[in-house]
Amino acid sequence: MDTSSHDVLLVGGGGAGLRAAIAVAETNPKLRIAVISKVYPMRSHTVAAEGGAAGVAKADDSLDEHCYDTISGGDWLCDQDAVEAFVREAPQELLRLEHWGCPWSREPDGHIAVRAFGGMKKKRTWFAADKTGFHILHTLFQTTLKYNEIHRYDEWFVTKVLVDDGRVQGVVAIELMSGRIQAITAKAVIICTGGCGRVFPYTTNAAIKTGDGMALVYRAGGPLKDMEFVQYHPTGLPFTGILITEAARAEGGYLINKDGYRYLQDYNLGKPEPKPVLRCMELGPRDRLSQAFVKEFEKGRTIDGPYGPIVHLDLRHLGTKLINQKLPFVRELCLKYEGLDPVKQLIPVRPVVHYMMGGISTDIDGATPLRGLFAAGECACVSINGANRLGSNSLPEILVFGARAGKVAAEYASGVPDTVSLPILRQAEDERRRLEQEFLRKTGGKERVATIREAMQKAVEDGAGIYRTERSLREAEAKLAELQERAQGLSIDDHSRTFNTELLSALELTCMLDIATTMVHSALSRTESRGAHQRTDYPARDDANFLAHSVVTRSPDGSPHIEYTPVVITRWPPGERVYGQQPTLTAAKA
Amino acid sequence: MAQTIQLKVSRYSPERDTEPYFQTYEVPVKEEWVILDALNYIKDKIDGTLTFRWSCRMGICGSCGYMVNNEPKLGCATFLTQYASGPITIEPLKNFPIVRDLVIEISDFLEKLKKVKPWLIHHGGGGSNEYLQTPDQLEEFRQHSMCINCLLCYAACPISGLDPVFIGPAALALAHRYNKDSRDQGSAERMAVLSHPEGIWGCTFVGECTRVCPKHVDPAGAIQQYKLAGAIDGIKQFLMPWGQRQENR
Repeated sequence: MDTSSHDVLLVGGGGAGLRAAIAVAETNPKLRIAVISKVYPMRSHTVAAEGGAAGVAKADDSLDEHCYDTISGGDWLCDQDAVEAFVREAPQELLRLEHWGCPWSREPDGHIAVRAFGGMKKKRTWFAADKTGFHILHTLFQTTLKYNEIHRYDEWFVTKVLVDDGRVQGVVAIELMSGRIQAITAKAVIICTGGCGRVFPYTTNAAIKTGDGMALVYRAGGPLKDMEFVQYHPTGLPFTGILITEAARAEGGYLINKDGYRYLQDYNLGKPEPKPVLRCMELGPRDRLSQAFVKEFEKGRTIDGPYGPIVHLDLRHLGTKLINQKLPFVRELCLKYEGLDPVKQLIPVRPVVHYMMGGISTDIDGATPLRGLFAAGECACVSINGANRLGSNSLPEILVFGARAGKVAAEYASGVPDTVSLPILRQAEDERRRLEQEFLRKTGGKERVATIREAMQKAVEDGAGIYRTERSLREAEAKLAELQERAQGLSIDDHSRTFNTELLSALELTCMLDIATTMVHSALSRTESRGAHQRTDYPARDDANFLAHSVVTRSPDGSPHIEYTPVVITRWPPGERVYGQQPTLTAAKA
Repeated sequence: MAQTIQLKVSRYSPERDTEPYFQTYEVPVKEEWVILDALNYIKDKIDGTLTFRWSCRMGICGSCGYMVNNEPKLGCATFLTQYASGPITIEPLKNFPIVRDLVIEISDFLEKLKKVKPWLIHHGGGGSNEYLQTPDQLEEFRQHSMCINCLLCYAACPISGLDPVFIGPAALALAHRYNKDSRDQGSAERMAVLSHPEGIWGCTFVGECTRVCPKHVDPAGAIQQYKLAGAIDGIKQFLMPWGQRQENR
C-alpha cells in the first residue's frame, strides 16, 4: 500500500486549517507540513461566513466586556480560561490578517471599522462588507501559497485516523481524482474539518459540512464534547437555507411577524426602538431569537410559506445606499435566489441550523486526550462557545485556536521520532480492504444514500430541533438506530475509481449518522434547559447538576457513553442572562 | 409552465469512454429550482453515477461552474425557468481537461495563481498597528478582490482556449488586485513574472471574461490597466541610466 509521510498533517483546508498550517511553518520551518482537504481549500465553508469577526479594537471597549458577553451568551457553559485567552488574542489575529492583506472595511481616517453584532454590548465586530469569511479564507489561502513547505492534498477524503497505543500517527485517505487509497503518516495530526449542519434538513451549511472530522475522532476513541448544543440561526432563507447575516439586523433591520409587529418585544429582549440597541431586540442572541420564532408560530403569528412557516426581515427603512455599502451580499443573495429586492421588499426568513457549539474535546491549545491529535475550529470544542455561540466569535475562533493548535502541534512534532509502528501500517491495510469490500466493490444493496440521508435529517430535526423532549429524543434515537442498520445495505451505483462522488456521499452519510447519534444521546442525558438546548420537559437551567460539559465516547459495543466534566470558572460566577436592559458586569477583579 | 424539463448532460468516464457523449434525463421543474437542484435530483433519485462538483449553493465557493446551453454559468445561480421548455444542455467548463462528466481538472489554474504572487508583499514587519487604508484606497482594488475562482472566465476566454501558457483572466485580475492595494509593495516583483509574453500580452481584449463573471470582478479591465502599467514601466526602464536598468531586471 502506498504511504507518504509528513511531520504535521492538517485535515481540512478552511480558515482553521490554513491558519494552523502557517503557524506550524512559522514555529519550525524545517517541518514537512501537509494540508489534506476533500475540496480545494478556497471552496471550504469559511468562505460563506458573512457578518464579521469580533475582536476588541476601540477605546470604549475592554477585554472583560467581550469575555462577559461571550460567557453570558454561552449561558455560562464556556470555559472561562479559554474565553480569556480567546478574547485577548482575537484582536492580534485580526490584525495579522490585515497585514496579510484582508480587505477590512475602514473608517474615513483609514482605521479598521467595527459594527454591532448580536449579544455584544460594544461595537467590536471587524468586517469586510458582508463577505468577511470569503475574504478571510482567500487571504489565508493566498498567503499559504508563499510557503513552499506546505504541501497540499487537494480533493482527498480522509476515512480513518490511525492510532496505536494511544498515539495518533496519521490517516488513511482516498484521492478522489484517481480512487487511490493511501496511508498518510504524520507525527501530529490537526483536525480542522468544520461543522456538521448537513445532519439537519434546513441549514446554512454547505454540502460538504458532514461532520467527518468529528466522526473520525469519535471512531478512533477520542471524546466529543457538548454535542447537544446546536445553533439555529434565526434568519435563513426558507427553501435553500441561505444565510442572511446578523449584520442585516446590526445595521438596523427589523424582524416582524404576519401583523408587521416586532414580536421580539414579547420575549424579554427589550423594547423596540427605531435604531438598533446593543444586546436588545433584534440584537439579542441567536438561541433566544430562534426560540421566539417557535413561540410566534405556536401563537399563529407566523406566515405560511411553501417550505413551512416564516417571518419577515425588514430592511426597507435602511435605504439603498447603506444596503449597497454594508450589506451588498444580502442584496445580491435576495435578488439572485429569492427574486426580491430588500431595498423595496420584505425578506422571508426562518431559523435554520447554522453552527455546532460542540465538537472534538480539546484543551486550550487544541490538544485532544489522544497524543499527537489536535483539533481547531468548528469541529473542535475548546470550549469558548458554551451553550450558544455569539455571532462573529467563530471567525476569530478559527484564527486564535488554529494558530494555537499549529504552534503546539509543531512543538510536539519537533520532539517525536520519525518512526511509524507496524500496527499502524496493518490498520491502514485493513482500512483499504474495508473501503474496497464495503463500498467500492459492493453490489446488491437496496437503499439509496439520499433515502437514508433524508430520513436521518427529518428524524434529527423532529427529535432534536430547537425544542426537545424525552419523547421526541427517544423517537429520534430509535429512528437513528434503524437507519444505522439500514445503512449497512446501501446500494452504490458507481464503482468507478475516478472521482466517485457517490462513494463520497456514502462515506459522509456514515459520518453524519454517528454524529447525529451522539447529538441525540447527549441531548437525552442533559435534563435541563441551557442556551440552545431547550428541553420543554426540563425548562429550567440546573447549575447544581449541569454546570458541566457532556463528554461522549464510543463504547466497545459501538454505543455512546456519556460523562460530565466541570466548567472552568475564573472570574464570572454563573448569573442570569439579561438582554434588553443594561446588564451588570459581574467580573471579579483579576 | 411545463411540469418536467429535459436535461442533456455531458457524460464521460476515462475508464469506459473514449469521448464525451450526452445522456438525457427528465426532471421536475419547480420555480425555485436551479441547475444544481436538477443535477442533485438526478444524482439522488435516478442515477448515482452522475458526477459534478458543488458545495455552498450560494454563489461564493466557486465549485459549480458548468457550460449551460454553451454559456459558462454557476449551477447554483441559474434557474431552470430561464430555459422555458428546454431541453437544457449541461457540459463541463470549456478550455479545461475533463476528469469525469462535469468535473474538470483545475491544477493548472492553481499553478498560475501561485505564479502571480497573490499575497501582500510589504517590506518591513507589520508591527502592532494596522496599515492605514482609507475607504477610497480600498475602493481602488475592492472589486478585483471579489474573485471566487469559479473559472467561468477561463471557459469564456478565447485566448485561454488557444494558448495554454496564457496566465488567464482570474489570476491576472488577482495580481492587479494586490498591485492596486495601497498596502502592497510587490508590483515590480509581479511585473517581472507577467511581462513575459505568456503572462499578460496574450490578451486581445475580447472582454468575454468580464461579461461572464458572476462577481463583476472585471478581469478585462484589470488586464488593460495592468498592460498600461507594464508599458509605462517599460518606458521608464528604457529612460533610466544603464546601471539602474540592469538592477531592475
